[in-house]
Amino acid sequence: MAASAATTSRPPLTRRLLGRHPIGYLFVAPYVVFLFAIFAYPLGFAVYMSFYDYFFAAPGAIVERPFVGLDNYTTALADPVFHRAMLNVVIFIAINVPLTVLVGLILATALNTAIPFRTFFRASYFVPYVTASVAVIGVWLWLFNSDGLVNNLLGPLAPDPSWLVNSFWAMPIIALFATWKQLGFYVLLYLAALQNIPEELYEAAEVDGAGTVKRFTVVTLPGVRPTTTLVVITATITGANFFTEPYLLTGRGGPAGASVSPVLMMYTEGIEQGHAGFAAAIGVLLAIGVIVVSLVNRYLLERS
Amino acid sequence: MPSTRIRLWIAVVATLGLALVGCGGGGGQSADKAAQAKGPIKIWYSNNADEVKWGKAVVAAWNQAHADQQVTAEEIPAGKSSEEVIGASITAGNTPCLIFNTAPAAVPQFQKQGGLVALDSFSDGTSYIQERTGPRADQYKSPDGKFYQMPWKTNPVMIFYNKDVFAKAGLDTKNPPLKTYDEFLATSKTLVDKGGVKAAIWPAPSSEFYQSWFDFYPLFIAETGKQLVEGGQPQFNTPEGVSVGEFWKQMYSDGLAQREPYNGDSFGDKKAAMAIVGPWAIAVYGDKVKWGVAPIPTSSGKDPSQIQTFSDEKSSAMYSSCQNRATAWEFLKFATSQENDGKLLEMTGQMPMRNDVPTAFPAYFKSHPEYLLFAAQAARTVEVPNVPNSVEIWQTFRDAYTDAVIFGKADVKGAFDQAAEKVKTLAAES
Repeated sequence: MAASAATTSRPPLTRRLLGRHPIGYLFVAPYVVFLFAIFAYPLGFAVYMSFYDYFFAAPGAIVERPFVGLDNYTTALADPVFHRAMLNVVIFIAINVPLTVLVGLILATALNTAIPFRTFFRASYFVPYVTASVAVIGVWLWLFNSDGLVNNLLGPLAPDPSWLVNSFWAMPIIALFATWKQLGFYVLLYLAALQNIPEELYEAAEVDGAGTVKRFTVVTLPGVRPTTTLVVITATITGANFFTEPYLLTGRGGPAGASVSPVLMMYTEGIEQGHAGFAAAIGVLLAIGVIVVSLVNRYLLERS
Repeated sequence: MPSTRIRLWIAVVATLGLALVGCGGGGGQSADKAAQAKGPIKIWYSNNADEVKWGKAVVAAWNQAHADQQVTAEEIPAGKSSEEVIGASITAGNTPCLIFNTAPAAVPQFQKQGGLVALDSFSDGTSYIQERTGPRADQYKSPDGKFYQMPWKTNPVMIFYNKDVFAKAGLDTKNPPLKTYDEFLATSKTLVDKGGVKAAIWPAPSSEFYQSWFDFYPLFIAETGKQLVEGGQPQFNTPEGVSVGEFWKQMYSDGLAQREPYNGDSFGDKKAAMAIVGPWAIAVYGDKVKWGVAPIPTSSGKDPSQIQTFSDEKSSAMYSSCQNRATAWEFLKFATSQENDGKLLEMTGQMPMRNDVPTAFPAYFKSHPEYLLFAAQAARTVEVPNVPNSVEIWQTFRDAYTDAVIFGKADVKGAFDQAAEKVKTLAAES
């Protein structure tokens, strides 16, 4: 009897599936579909591919794509080009992220004060961010080639070989370019954060005798901490995915592979050479690395 | 334990996921049926302005005579490279029937993808190709002995030089001393010292797999007459291959070729005195540069009539998504007939891959004598090897070349030997 009562008291299947307010699903559906189709499905498929000798084939074509287990991963981990690519990510992030945070915060602080031509400067820093990479890379090629403006200014101090064909300088130049290109966006984030810090905090600090530097360290820095976390994590993720810079600025990861990146490697291996499974394994390893670094960043920046 | 709603949603998502995965396969009709089918077809041609004109003229002529088998033509969609676009299109199953811009180096990969139709499947397929192209056609056979491409047109590469720069440097402009490596090096030094150019020659120093076709490979072919890989064995680490590598290494280390990429056309901008190019350059440079043509140098200064070079050939190929293959094959023969090959030569200056081009089109060469040297060279060309992992093999070689030759970071012989070991394995894979 008790079981029967429980059965009859159960709500109908549609109610159990859709809850009391099914219209909510309609509202979230577009984003859920977007996430599934554009993010979750390709990500899951990439992981699947990474365990196979996978290549892209014509629909209906009978091809062999055998299961290879962890082979793609072990091959990648033993590949000196992959080692170099991962080292380049570290170099890139080590230069790009601190520089982005430091310069972004300084510029945002300057732009937050009443300086002349403030609107002009705010727009100017944002221009590289919205300009196509291909166009600005053309300018940087001109700046940093052996007869370029930078070497003309440096004269005998210019490195030989020149910046972009110098295996030591190629990666720092790439990191510098990416920092400059993205800076406008991060300045904007910091500017919004700075404008959210209550003026009373600065006044209170001033009353307590804090000077400019002290006010910056005890009010501004803690006030923008959540934004710094966002900037560090975003810069790390975009930094780990750098591709356009070595593709165009240093002639596909040159000189002699000194500026190769994991994503450039994925492109050459997966798209040009048809080793999609191997490229997917590189992608998965890169994603794992980025997640770990981002979690560490978050832990370090958000601990009280 | 998850709630009923969560469990139900997991089931729904899993079902949808399986359904989506299931959408990936299937499609297509039987190859036999498609081979007999006639009807409208679509083709792609290159986005080169002259080739577009040629393509439009050929398609218009065909459509006028074949109301029931209309051909729709489009330029190949823009991408980082045509090969990348075609590869993606094969995967998507939306390739046109024919593409008149198929790189032989990409054919093994397209074949592996199941994207190509063997032209031998048509009763006159093999004979048509062999009669039109002659013995050179064999270089375009796949390892299974079939033709998955029709050799269409070639741009045999030679040394193009700027006569004004040579004159300024005090060099002979009619017969410049470029026959041997020693002559080439000495001439290059004179050009850089006295000719007012930054480089004697400026091949792209970047790492794209195909860049070796315009620096190392022409000289290697001129020296050996061989492909990069023959019979599964790499040839570039032979003494001849290494000597070509050493020659280029000296060009770079002496500053006669530049390690930096040039952002533009170094020859057209008169920053370099020479370039390795095909006959297309005649139309491009025309009167802008006072140019001359010389054969590719060899170590011993071979007789120019014996020198072979890289073909820089483009094939046309039929793609497996084609449903009206009988029409596609007839159109392919129509587009590569002597009449339309003649039009291609007239409109683009590129050499059709047919036997004895100079005698097949005497009127053209009488009115365009500047193309004769290239036409003669067109009969002596060597192609990239048609082997598995072709692109990866070229990339492996290019990586070793940029490292050892362009940037001088390694010993040429050692780097080539190391690359050869990997290439041997790659070429042996099926």
